[in-house]
Amino acid sequence: MSNLIEVRNVSKSFGGVVANRDISLDVPEGRVTGLIGPNGSGKTTLFNSIVGYHPIDEGSIQFEGQEISDMMVPEIARLGMLRTFQQTRIYSKMDCVKNMLISLPHRTEGYSSMFKPYGAETMEKADRLLEFVGLYSKRHLISGDLSFGQQKLLEFAMALMNEPKVLLLDEPTAGINPTLINGLIDRLRRATTELGITLFVIEHNMPVVMNLADNVYCLANGRLLAHGTPDEVQNDERVINAYLGGHLEMEDH
Amino acid sequence: MSIAQQKILLYAVILVLGIGGPLIFPNYTFQISVLWVMILFALTWDILGGQMGYNSLGNIFFFGVGMYTCALVQVGLYTDVSVYTSATGGANLRLTPEEYFIGLGLGAFAGAIVASIFAVIFGWVVFGLRGPYFAIGTLGFTLAAGELVGAWEWVGGGGGIALPVYPGPPDERSLLFNFLCFILAVIAFLTVKWMYAGQFGLAANAIRDDEEKAEAMGIHTLRYKTVGWTIAAFFLGISGAIFGNMVGFIEPLEVAFPTVTFGIFMVVMCLLGGKGTLWGPVVGAALFHIFKEVTWTYMLGWQWVALGALIIILVVFFQQGVMGWLQEKWPSRFGITVDENVVAKKSSEAAQ
Amino acid sequence: MLDNIYLLIQAPLLNVQILLDGLFVGSIFALAAYGLALVWGVMNVKNLAQGDFVIMGGYTAWLLSTWGIHPIFGLPIAMVLMFGFGWVVYVVIIRRVIDKDMFTSLLATFGLALVIQQLLNLAFGPEVQVAESHFAINSFFDGLVTVANIKFISLLLAAGLAAMVVGFMKFSRMGQAIRATAQDARAAKVMGIDTDRIYAFTFSLNAAICGAAGALISMIWVIQPFFGIGHSIRSFVVVTAAGLGNLPGVIIAGLSLGGAELYSGFVFGAELQQFSVVALLVIVLAVRQVQQRRHRQAVK
Repeated sequence: MSNLIEVRNVSKSFGGVVANRDISLDVPEGRVTGLIGPNGSGKTTLFNSIVGYHPIDEGSIQFEGQEISDMMVPEIARLGMLRTFQQTRIYSKMDCVKNMLISLPHRTEGYSSMFKPYGAETMEKADRLLEFVGLYSKRHLISGDLSFGQQKLLEFAMALMNEPKVLLLDEPTAGINPTLINGLIDRLRRATTELGITLFVIEHNMPVVMNLADNVYCLANGRLLAHGTPDEVQNDERVINAYLGGHLEMEDH
Repeated sequence: MSIAQQKILLYAVILVLGIGGPLIFPNYTFQISVLWVMILFALTWDILGGQMGYNSLGNIFFFGVGMYTCALVQVGLYTDVSVYTSATGGANLRLTPEEYFIGLGLGAFAGAIVASIFAVIFGWVVFGLRGPYFAIGTLGFTLAAGELVGAWEWVGGGGGIALPVYPGPPDERSLLFNFLCFILAVIAFLTVKWMYAGQFGLAANAIRDDEEKAEAMGIHTLRYKTVGWTIAAFFLGISGAIFGNMVGFIEPLEVAFPTVTFGIFMVVMCLLGGKGTLWGPVVGAALFHIFKEVTWTYMLGWQWVALGALIIILVVFFQQGVMGWLQEKWPSRFGITVDENVVAKKSSEAAQ
Repeated sequence: MLDNIYLLIQAPLLNVQILLDGLFVGSIFALAAYGLALVWGVMNVKNLAQGDFVIMGGYTAWLLSTWGIHPIFGLPIAMVLMFGFGWVVYVVIIRRVIDKDMFTSLLATFGLALVIQQLLNLAFGPEVQVAESHFAINSFFDGLVTVANIKFISLLLAAGLAAMVVGFMKFSRMGQAIRATAQDARAAKVMGIDTDRIYAFTFSLNAAICGAAGALISMIWVIQPFFGIGHSIRSFVVVTAAGLGNLPGVIIAGLSLGGAELYSGFVFGAELQQFSVVALLVIVLAVRQVQQRRHRQAVK
């Protein structure tokens, strides 16, 4: 089993604030890797470093053995690494089907395909994935009119349409109605097992991570705190302190 | 009448007007020709401005490049350019019809190619700029080009160049150029229609709605922008070549790189008709051109004030334009499905 | 062109003259650019009518000087009038475009620029005008370098005005409210700040700054109805080079722009002086892009 993403000794600071310090982690192929940590521990910063939103100060980030820490966002995306946003981002003025169609993979696309209409096969694939996330009945609505949770599902479907090798999900269950979370977890799992997409997930909701992930990394104050199976991490003294300690301190004051 | 029949009727009316217009109203041939050029301006501006959200204030640059390139080819084929441009009066070049049309054809072709090449080069420079920087950067390019050409003596400097005289009667000449303008506008319309129907249209809209998302999804944003701009430049280059020959005398600031006239008209026409729609630029160009031709001469210097005021009013009160307004009013006519719940919610919000 | 460069080497004092003149006009460019940065930073409006506000201030001072009021006294009057004009523009136009996308404000102010320059043209004609100060002209180095007293006074006035505005922004209640709104308009609103009034004040303050800059320009340089766009582009060049909220940067960029412009005007000839401003804009934008690319970002 090989690692799709290898992060080695990455540090990143903004002004004087150190957001990530000397972080190394691996995202193995075909698995679900979780990234947890209290608020402000540098999870999203690490995501942004990986997908190319800002330069890193030190270290190296490799995707399938290729150094990507100095590439631009679209180049990295075309290698097959996609991300979803914490604040969901979709093309809010288009209907859902169009949102899906424009998310076709752009990896091998040439100049000639720019002006081609979409084929029946593509349409069918879009419909199938919308069905997969449960938005088929809403497919002709303007996506900006959907509820927040539905937009999140649409963003997930768009990512699947792109056939990425690895998908970085930033809090996929935040803002989703609790009754729908189990369905979402099931779909995430199926994305890995059926579609073969490696997942790398930031998540706040502990039960979700424990349920979903094969491996978990925990960040605190910009450093890597613990790493292991969900059970190991869950029972790690330092992780409990990082989470609960913050709470206790707050209650004390 | 079905929608398809209405469309056919519409195209038929346009075809009849395009070909028959100058025969029915021979006194207005020039104005009709300019109308077709205006429609082409608006259509090509909208590729980036309306569909992609890249609001260029400098597209007229390609018009001027095409115009000058064509003129230089037309003159350079048969005589020495610097002698020609330095001669007082200039227009001492008498060509046979064959020479003239070869020059015009090659010149227009060269104009389109050179404009396209400039689009690729400048695209590489300005497409890293977003929002206001892009608008101001493109404005800067055009202003710079006008001044540079004005200082370039070899091409006639600020004095300009007279184009070779048409080897035939004036009526035939104006009819010919009118026809060329019409054909060019039609080809431009069909081209953008075809572009918007495929992947290009969706990708352009994606870039407009959320470019960061488009990049994160791996869309070749730079490629789409460059191709869109190059196609616009290609058509603008040819139209510049034809327009230059139609007016017969070109100079840098008023005719070739008229930033505050044609350069701004493009934007105003698209706003008026509705940015980001296929027919919006056409409707806007027609309305604007008719309005302008009817009122311009009676306003005695106030026309520019009126133009500025029109821009402000359009931007402040009528952003969606004619087509956008129609789309809002009758969404189903444009193939947009609306969720009744959302409509109910929105109207109740509005009521509060 | 080469002759001119040769001349600069032969007569080094010419460099002093050009640099001094560049310093004097550059200080005014910096003043107008500071106003642009203020409006840009606080309300996210890119004012393409900035230069036309400057020219309006210039015409106010010039008009008053033809009525016998010295332009130095015309300057505060121009500031007051432009402050009022800015308020009207805000209420009529800017308020309605402030929450729309950026091109809206850019285009609306471009329309405003057209209206202003054409009205000035209709009112005063296209001739170049100067507000005469009738002050003495000093000669140095046997008359090789000449500096009019008004230029020194203008520099002092520009510096004094800038200091006043900066002090106002730092210490007054209004200035603090403006800075709070710039940082987070929504939070400011929640805290009870009337952001609409803040915006109106900021825009009017910018117009007043432009009025002052214009009055100074009319004294030490020339004004003409269509020079506005040039001043707008100068302000954008300065702000783009310096970045928002960087006061020392604005001053340095403004002074350098003044120097660069006068140098290129001398070397390439006056007809390419405007061109050099635009060329500088393009160069600054290109450099910013390279910088931003290193940060894996676009210029926005």
